[in-house]
Amino acid sequence: MQNMPSILTPDFGLLFWMLLAFLVVLFVLAKFAFPAITGAVEERKRFIDESLKNAREANERLATIEAKSAQLLKEAREQQAQILQEAKRTGENIIAEARAKAQAEGRKDLEAAKAQIAVEKENALRDIRSQVVGLSLQIAEKVVRGSLADDKAQQAYIERLLAEQTQQP
Amino acid sequence: MRKRIHTPGLLRLLPALLAVALLFAATPLRAAEEKAEIDVKEAVLGHMSDAYDWHITTWNGHHVSIPLPVIVRSQRDGRWHVFSSARFGHDGKETYEGFYIDEERQGKVYERGYDARPWDISITKDVVQIWINIVILLVVFLTCARWYRKRNVQDAAPGGFVGMMEVLVVAINDDLIKASIGEKHYRRYAPYLLTVFFFLLVTNLMGLIPIFPGGANVTGNITITFLFATITFLFINLLGNREYWKEIFWPDVPTWMKCPVPLMPVIELFGIFTKPFALMVRLFANMLAGHAIILSLTCVIFITWQVNALVGTSLSAVSFLMILFMDLLELLVAFIQAYVFTMLSAVFIGMSLPEHHKA
Repeated sequence: MQNMPSILTPDFGLLFWMLLAFLVVLFVLAKFAFPAITGAVEERKRFIDESLKNAREANERLATIEAKSAQLLKEAREQQAQILQEAKRTGENIIAEARAKAQAEGRKDLEAAKAQIAVEKENALRDIRSQVVGLSLQIAEKVVRGSLADDKAQQAYIERLLAEQTQQP
Repeated sequence: MRKRIHTPGLLRLLPALLAVALLFAATPLRAAEEKAEIDVKEAVLGHMSDAYDWHITTWNGHHVSIPLPVIVRSQRDGRWHVFSSARFGHDGKETYEGFYIDEERQGKVYERGYDARPWDISITKDVVQIWINIVILLVVFLTCARWYRKRNVQDAAPGGFVGMMEVLVVAINDDLIKASIGEKHYRRYAPYLLTVFFFLLVTNLMGLIPIFPGGANVTGNITITFLFATITFLFINLLGNREYWKEIFWPDVPTWMKCPVPLMPVIELFGIFTKPFALMVRLFANMLAGHAIILSLTCVIFITWQVNALVGTSLSAVSFLMILFMDLLELLVAFIQAYVFTMLSAVFIGMSLPEHHKA
């Protein structure tokens, strides 16, 4: 053993110090260094995984929201078109009805006016007729009275009366 | 003009290297004439071995080194003696309080009058290197850990140095430890294996730095790899489950192979020890070989200068390029060996926790 180079034979002193030094460094690194590093890396890995998962979920949610909003938009458009169409139809109906009503009203008024006119006319005719009768009676009365007095006078009288009559409205 | 652009970088660099080598030619040439033969084996082994002081350089025959504390227990009075390694004198040949360095017996401290080695827990060069590496590890990882403690999950991931360490830690933790041991049990072993990986990585890398804060051959010393292999061995065999022991003593082989002659159980039992032994030798041999090659290539420079200036200059340039290549290779090896040690430890631990018996 003692003829061999010293690097080939274990040495107690070196072994002792190496073991001591190694235990010190192992204790410190195992307690304070490696767990901090590997722990941080693992934590970061978990954080990244979680973030990815969240992002994926958010994307999925966004996709469904987009689909839903597109659906809503489509429905809204359809409804809008329908409402517009209905409104148009309703408008047309109202106009048509109004027109029909106006026509009917106009016709009714016209008829009423016509009836009124007819009544008025009847009344006027009746008035004229009664006045004519009255006049005729008066004339006849006066003619009868004049003829009774003088032919000439009668004649003149009738003429005067007639003149009066024609002058008088 | 066009041709010069296409000249490879190294070839363009070569004249410059030669010039630098020539510039320094004068001093070593004179020194070489004065000095005796260079003992390559001694130089290489000396640089790779543990020592009681940290040798920096030798200047005009004077050793410039950092003295380190020697801690030995005397067999004579049974007390611990603590003194500076400078007490052994300038060339380490003096005796202090009855202790001396025996060059014949691995250059260890012995006590006069006693044949056995005293208890010796001196702070040697390797011990200092280990503590330097551990301070580096603690500074690096506690800085990183503090970065995380100051922030929460929703903050940005770290960049720069902390980001790099995070990538390394996560790669070792997830792709190596978790993959080899399995999701269920790996948390119990992760701190140990992570610490082993980073300690070996830092130690291997520091071993490549040729000057003071680094340069000690720690992982290329069998004591160190023996310790780590032993800890892994204990993890495997103390925490192995029933299935593991059943596969050793009653493996799934035809009955005649395990009874009456326990052929397979003996082989399996042998395997318990060969696995950590392979771990120990692999790391040790790889790091030792790397250091030995680099040191030998460095010795080439000094040997060839003893021949003459021309040979010295030209071969030094070649040697320089090869050292450069080896250093780059060793950078890779430093990582690979730390990785392989951790991976095999994790795989062996994983094998000690079989989930269910394969039918």
